[in-house]
Amino acid sequence: MTTTLDMATTELREVNTTLQGAAKAQANAKYVIVNPRGSHAMACGLDGALDVTIKGSTGYYCAGMNKEATITVEGSAGPGVAENMMSGTVTIEGDASQYAGATGHGGLLNIKGNASSRCGISMKGIDIVVHGNIGHMSAFMAQKGNLVVLGDAGDALGDSLYEARLFVRGSVKSLGADCIEKEMRTEHIDLLKKLLEQAGADARPEEFRRYGSARKLYNFNIDHAGEY
Amino acid sequence: MDKTPQTEPRQNWTFSTSINSEIRRAAATGIYDIRGGGAKRRVPHFDDLLFLGASMSRYPLEGYREKCDTSVTLGTRFASKPIELKIPITIAGMSFGSLSGPAKEALGRGATMAGTSTTTGDGGMTEEERGHSEKLVYQYLPSRYGMNPDDLRRADAIEVVVGQGAKPGGGGMLLGQKITERVAGMRDLPVGIDQRSACRHPDWTGPDDLEIKILELREITNWEKPIYIKVGGARPYYDTALAVKAGADVVVLDGMQGGTAATQDVFIEHVGQPTLACIRPAVQALQDLGMHREVQLIVSGGIRSGADVAKALALGADAVSIGTAALVALGDNDPKWEAEYNKLGTTAGAYDDWHEGRDPAGITTQDPELMQRLDPEAAGRRLRNYLNVMTLECQTIARACGHNHVHNLEPEDLCALTMEAAAMAQVPLAGTNWYPGKPGF
Repeated sequence: MTTTLDMATTELREVNTTLQGAAKAQANAKYVIVNPRGSHAMACGLDGALDVTIKGSTGYYCAGMNKEATITVEGSAGPGVAENMMSGTVTIEGDASQYAGATGHGGLLNIKGNASSRCGISMKGIDIVVHGNIGHMSAFMAQKGNLVVLGDAGDALGDSLYEARLFVRGSVKSLGADCIEKEMRTEHIDLLKKLLEQAGADARPEEFRRYGSARKLYNFNIDHAGEY
Repeated sequence: MDKTPQTEPRQNWTFSTSINSEIRRAAATGIYDIRGGGAKRRVPHFDDLLFLGASMSRYPLEGYREKCDTSVTLGTRFASKPIELKIPITIAGMSFGSLSGPAKEALGRGATMAGTSTTTGDGGMTEEERGHSEKLVYQYLPSRYGMNPDDLRRADAIEVVVGQGAKPGGGGMLLGQKITERVAGMRDLPVGIDQRSACRHPDWTGPDDLEIKILELREITNWEKPIYIKVGGARPYYDTALAVKAGADVVVLDGMQGGTAATQDVFIEHVGQPTLACIRPAVQALQDLGMHREVQLIVSGGIRSGADVAKALALGADAVSIGTAALVALGDNDPKWEAEYNKLGTTAGAYDDWHEGRDPAGITTQDPELMQRLDPEAAGRRLRNYLNVMTLECQTIARACGHNHVHNLEPEDLCALTMEAAAMAQVPLAGTNWYPGKPGF
């Protein structure tokens, strides 16, 4: 059974309380939110299996700190979508604004359009697949997880990167400090194949290039000060 | 034949022995000095203020007989579950990673026995601290190390850290030697590498964004928990006003004597304003917005005694927070470890290389052998005793000024010993009814 929540007549607090309650109850129910009108903090803090579809575009921090829930935005998402996500799947049918998936620990953030600047900033284990392009300073200080970009990447990709893996099919305008291109080995092809399948992306792993940390800045060394 | 008289060797004030040693150290290593702790330089401080006890024009309360309340409620603006504390002294955020597990446990034990709260730090929430802290404030930091919604919900309040008194505008660096498997696991980073704490939050870029961020945190936690915003003492009037605008329930204002786990010495000593100078502008901002006492103000940075507490409250704070003093109470820099401090090239009372992880007191370390030196129960009792003493001292002063609640202390109860303190605290210079900037005569 699908329950519809209309944000033209229902306050954000009530919408989130309903969703959070159903998620906590592990109801595995389906909810559709209509008239989201770009509201902020929609469907955030869900802690359990739940299927949520948002019919339209959202404001800041949609699906923040998601756990287990499957959330689809049938529109575009504002800044900070799926920030600090722990698990589950968040799909954006349109574009995502800046800091998409920031500090995310797990789960899949699937952006069917483009993502703006600072996509995956400080990511800590999340998988992010962007079917279009990403903006500058994406994956800055990214610690763990995988960022897959079917389009192009902007300036300073992976600046001050830690152990996160970046895969880009298109061009990279520039690499940030300590970020280098790395060999695509079999395990990376296998991983990428799995991620592309999960995201329903029309691309072959062999078309991508991999980027990662040179690990030169892992321990402070005065001889590298000019690279910071 | 008599020798020609010689001029006695005279040290240069500008190029003092300690300055010269730093020049030599910098020349040898090529890197600035990184250390823990707070500013060591002397700046105008609470010591430059005195209380005006009651005689004729005011009526004192009887010590040990008449009640002087010390309770404080934090988070009365929006939170449905404000924090109720027995005393107006809280424990400041200090990270697990910088501090050992037993040290976090001891802080929780001591604070709980004294009826106050502790605060997490950059390393996330530990069971040692949550398990022993009746009231625990969860810091939401730029690094977001260990950040997760479960711990957010387990907290009693959320403190969004925007700045820190020791380094307004700066990030931190926990060097690799303290990054054990547990610390690394909590922070999602490999063992043994330097861990940088960013100077700004990754997913918002100003007070308007922060307002929306706070909405998200409230939505996730059912609008129950007070939201604190912590700012470094640099532009206290504007930062406090913007924190209120962003929706803070509580503003935490950390002056330049506030501590840090590890950052550049040049930052600690040369960036920010003294705690004393920060309080009145922050209070003025709250008053201008009609929010004084509606949004509570916690002041930190160099608080050491009940007199410091009473002075901060008299200037308009609702509570204070202690970090370095709490570590000293646990046993940091204790002279009983003098021989070991000497081996590290320092002395008890001056040890500040906390980032090296070799703290003989077992507090600012992750070394299993050193950590065992700290008995969390005994250290917790010491902290409890210290907090009780500070509270008694503050009450004694408040009674002497005729107040039955420490929050009734006011600037009228103070005078200043120096022109600088008079100007910063906006209380009269002792023996006068004038302070710099006061209109009239």
